[in-house]
Parts: sequence; C-alpha cells; structure tokens
Amino acid sequence: MLDAAAPAPATPAADGAPPLLDVRGLKMHFPIHSGLLRRQVGAVKAVDGVDFTIRPGETLGLVGESGCGKSTCGRAILRLYDITEGSIRIDGVEIGHLSQHALRKHRPTMQMVFQDPQASLNPRMNVSQIIREPLDEHTKLSSAEKDEKVLELMDAVGLNRAFARRFPHAFSGGQRQRIGIARALALNPKFIVCDEPIAALDVSIQAQVVNLLEDLQEQFGLTYLFISHDLSMVRHIATRVAVMYLGRIVELAPREALYAEPLHPYTQALLSAVPEPDPALARKVERVILKGDVPSPANPPKGCNFCTRCPKVMDICHEIDPMPRHLPGGRQVACHLYEDTKTTTDPTAAHKPGHSSAQQGVSP
Amino acid sequence: MTDRTDPHERAEPPPSPAVPAGGAPDGGEIAEAAGSAAPGQSSTSLWRDVWVQFREHKGAVIGLAFLIFITLFVIAGPWIWQVDPADLDIRNKDVRPIYTWLWDREADVMWSRPLGTDNLGRDILANLMQGGRVSMAVGWVAMLLALILGTLIGVLAGYFRALDGLLMRFTDLMLALPLLPLLLVMMLLFRDQLRAAFGPEQGIFVLIVTAIGITSWMHTARIVRGDILALKEREYVLAARSIGTPSRRMITRHLLPNVLSPIMVSATLGLATAIITESALSFLGLGFPSDYPTWGKILFDSVERMERFPERVIWPGLCISLTVLAVNYIGDGLRDALDPRIRGR
Repeated sequence: MLDAAAPAPATPAADGAPPLLDVRGLKMHFPIHSGLLRRQVGAVKAVDGVDFTIRPGETLGLVGESGCGKSTCGRAILRLYDITEGSIRIDGVEIGHLSQHALRKHRPTMQMVFQDPQASLNPRMNVSQIIREPLDEHTKLSSAEKDEKVLELMDAVGLNRAFARRFPHAFSGGQRQRIGIARALALNPKFIVCDEPIAALDVSIQAQVVNLLEDLQEQFGLTYLFISHDLSMVRHIATRVAVMYLGRIVELAPREALYAEPLHPYTQALLSAVPEPDPALARKVERVILKGDVPSPANPPKGCNFCTRCPKVMDICHEIDPMPRHLPGGRQVACHLYEDTKTTTDPTAAHKPGHSSAQQGVSP
Repeated sequence: MTDRTDPHERAEPPPSPAVPAGGAPDGGEIAEAAGSAAPGQSSTSLWRDVWVQFREHKGAVIGLAFLIFITLFVIAGPWIWQVDPADLDIRNKDVRPIYTWLWDREADVMWSRPLGTDNLGRDILANLMQGGRVSMAVGWVAMLLALILGTLIGVLAGYFRALDGLLMRFTDLMLALPLLPLLLVMMLLFRDQLRAAFGPEQGIFVLIVTAIGITSWMHTARIVRGDILALKEREYVLAARSIGTPSRRMITRHLLPNVLSPIMVSATLGLATAIITESALSFLGLGFPSDYPTWGKILFDSVERMERFPERVIWPGLCISLTVLAVNYIGDGLRDALDPRIRGR
C-alpha cells in the first residue's frame, strides 16, 4: 500500500501535461431519512471514494452496470450535487467545496451532455433560445452576435440553420442530442461530461453522434468523460477506460490493455458478457456468469464490494477492502489478487490464486 | 412511441418545403430564415403562432367573443341605457320582462323596462350592468391576487427545500381555517378603517377582494408546488444548473412556463369562486351595502320570489355562469396555444 502511493503522482507527470481534471476521494452519499422525526438512519453510497485524473484532450470512458454510480459520479464532478467528501480540481481550480454562487464563474470550463435528449431540452423553448441560454448567462455579447454564434454552433453540430425557431418536439432523437451538444459547446468548454449520450438513441444514430463527438473533440480540443454501459462504443471513443462497481472504480487502464487483458474479475465478467458475433467463436469462449444481484449501495458488504459475486473470491476479500494498486503500463486495479504481484501482469501468475479460491468457494 | 416517430418523420424532409409550412408563406421570411437573422424575429412570430393556434379552438374563440361582449355590456352599457339602477320607481314595481307578453297578454310589461323591475321598482337591466361592473372587478382582482399568492408560495415551497415544510404547513393552516367566520372577523376589524381610507364603496371593495384573495390561494399553491417538485428533477433543469443559471431565472425561464397549465386551470376556477363567494358575503350582509347591486346579490335577493319572477334569478345567474364558462374556455384555448407541442400539430 505504501509503495503503491508512490507511482500515483508520477503517472500523470510522466505524460507531460498536468491533468485537466483531478478527482481525489470523491464521495457522494445520499442520506436516508426514516422514522417519525425523519432522523438520518443511513446513506446510499452512490459514489464512495473515487480517484482518477483526466489529461487534456483525452477521453476517459466510465463503464459499469446500471446503478453503479456512473451518472452520479459525472454529475458530482460538475457539482450538480453538493458532494459529501473529496476534492475535484479542474483546470487547476479546486471546485469540490465552492458555493454554487462562487462556482458560477467556473461553469463555462465544464459542461454536460445528457442521456435523454427529450428530457434535457425545455419543451417551451425553441432551439435558438436553448442554445442561447449559456450565452445569455455568461457573455456580454449583443443580441446579433449571440444569434450569429447560435447559428455557428448549429453548423458545428450539423443542424440546419432554418431549424432555429423550431421547438424540441419537432426533432428526432439524434437531432435533439445535437441541440444538447450545441448547448454544451456554446461557452467553449474544456471539459465535457457525456452522461450516456447515446443510450437513448437508435443504433444507426448512435454512430453519428459518437462521430460528431469525436470530430468536435478534434476541432475544439475537448476533453471528455464518456459515461456509458456500451462497452463496444467506449472501446471506439475512449483513450482510457475506468470500470465502476458499486460506487468504486475497480479498474482503470488504457483502452487496448483493458480490452485485451482485463485484470479485475468484474471487468473480466463484464467483457465476457459482450456478445460475440461469430457463433463458432462464441461457443468456444467460456463466459463468466455472475451470480446474484448487486448489493444495495446503502449497505455494501464488508471488505471488497465485489466479494459477494466474485468468482475468484478469497478469505481476505471478506475482511479487507482492497486499495487501488498501480501496475505498470498506467494500469490501476483494486483487487487482492494483485496485492503481492504488483509488478507482474502475467495472467498465469495473476490467475493462479484466483482459480484455487474459486474451487474453495464452491465446496462449502 | 407514436409521439417519438411522428416528429421524426416531420423533421426529416429537407428544409425547403418545411419552412413555408411553418411560417407565413412570403419569400422574404424564407430567405431570412435560411440566412442569418432567423432567431432574432422569434418573439413577434411566436405570438402570431399562439394566436393562430388559439383561433383553432372554437370554444375559446366563442368564449373570448362572449367575454368581450359582457365586458362592453357592463362598462359601456350604462352610457347607453341611462337609467339610475338605484332609482326607486315604486309605482312600477314588479314589472315583468317585455318578452313575457309573448305568451301572457295580461302581464304587466313596459317598453321602458325591457327586463322588468324588482319589488322596489328598480330597473333590472340597469342593475345587471351596474352589478356586473362590481362582480367582474371583484372576480378578476380577487382571482389575480389568489393566483399570484398561490403561485409565489407554491414555487417557493417547491423550489427551495428549506422553505417547503414551513410554507406547506402554513398552507394547511389556511385550509383548516373556517372561511366564513374568518371573513366575518376581518370585516368587523377592518371595515371602518378601510371605509375611512378609501370611501365606503372602494373601502368595502378592497376588503372583499383581499378577503377572498387571501382565503383562496391554497389550492393553487399546492398544485404548483407539486408540479415544481416534479419539474425540478427533469434533466433540462439539471442542464440549466450546469450552465450556472441562477435560481430566479431558473424559475422564470424553466419552471413557470411549464406549470402554466395547472395555473391557468386554477385561475379559471378561481374567477368563478370569487364571484360566488362575493355573492355569499353580500347575502350574509358582510359585503357591499344593500343598495349596491352585484350579480350575486341580485340573485340572492330574488330567490324568495323565484317562482313568481324567475327572470330575476335567471338573468344574473346566466351572467355569472356564462362569464365563468367563457373564461374557462379561453383558459383552455390559451393553454393549448401556449404549448409548443400542441401548437406544432
């Protein structure tokens, strides 16, 4: 654990540029009130101690199953919630505990694209008014300049200029998402949280929107936190991928490494759940099928969060919470399997204790 | 599902046929819309679109026509029909309306009293006009007061969690208060001061309007609070928060326009309640003085002899119910016209 702390600051420094976003120990707990006096009896630990950094110009994919805290994490980073604990530094400014009023002047740096393009647009405002809102709030441009800027943004996201006066209900899902992206771009942000931007779209439209996001990233030098449960789409767009389970990041690795050789048992299970198009290959591949349900985030298990479903569970997993370990190649994994073998990524070495413990797990 | 596919299909065709379908078919506008100045002219054409949609609603157009008619009737009527409503013509009391002659040649009718007179010989047509002025004024002002109070309290309670408990318990408290005894106490306490300050009629007007206004905002407040609570969790409100829109503009830009429908409905109901509450107050002797006619008071004064003189109940009753109905329809049409999802159809 002590030696694991050392590479942490070294990793971003090694890559030159300082991180655009640096999240340390982020916790977002929602209190549960109950009883006659509405006393707090517990908390839903939606995000429970998350650390990661994002370098300028990169895309961090954040994946995990429903309810694991991905969206909450994204929203907490933008301070749409008042976070419970932790530090968020964006572009060198600590925003974790600023008041909403003080935060206002930092808002243009960071924007968000939402999951449901229907719900994220006010049905009573037309396209031009929607895209103008950030300009009205943060710039002192004249009305004509704002109009011009709105039309430029519509061009940038591929919307016809003639649609400026139409209302959101008159657009298809993909077009609505483009409106949402134009609104997020209006203030020239450096960092955009894409909260499942393609989950509510048709498959044919998904590719268009993802390609648009990639083009815009190139054009404006954007940095994305791309939240999704679509592993193949994340593989397409992300430079690094973080896997979340029950409010924690269990594994964070460069894209190629993660997809080629997942280390954490949860990541392995997640990747093996991706359907294989070739039937011959599909029959050959042995799928890891997890048993049981995700534990309640209000009452996570003792020890490792994944210990109730892990196919490679060991005794220590029920006792001690594994800390994130930094492995070579910029990888990071929170699993006891890699406690003593932190220097090796050799799968045989890593899997040996796993297999034995899995066999033990079956017998009792 | 149809809701999603339908706009999709409409949005698909290329812009050239779509633009004339949406706006007015003049060439200059198409060129402008396709050019650079399209967003600038949105506010004027928005209201034109609203008016076009409003005219689609037949009931609303008829309601609006009737409301204009009845408003002109009570405002301009006394200039044309120059009979003093308080004038006691005791020799010509209990005159029947002129149309009674059609089926009863024996009836006591006069051309100078087209709607007849009451038991003290006062002209009913003149009374309806004078009474309508007061009833409409009380109804509109009390309704607007209740609406503003109710919306304000509902929005504050729904949006600011810290105020929610306090304001909603206050609303419950107001709902639990028995209305008539409260009004009675208010009348007793403030009648003389207000009369001294504003004169006898204006004083009582202010008192009645305030009394009705502050005792009828609670339902609006509850409805608005409930809707705000739901809207607050919508993603577009989150999006506005991520932009950094401050609370006051969040409310005026995103929340109020979206709770317009329930507010409009409670406004139309509020107008009816206000007119009727005023009649009840006058009936109990708490409202306007007895020689000061209102629709409600004419109605209540005539109830005892309703069987012999049904017209004295029918005319003021018709005035009240048709006005309320007209406002109801206008509210309905306006609600549809202001909703871009319906307007687009």
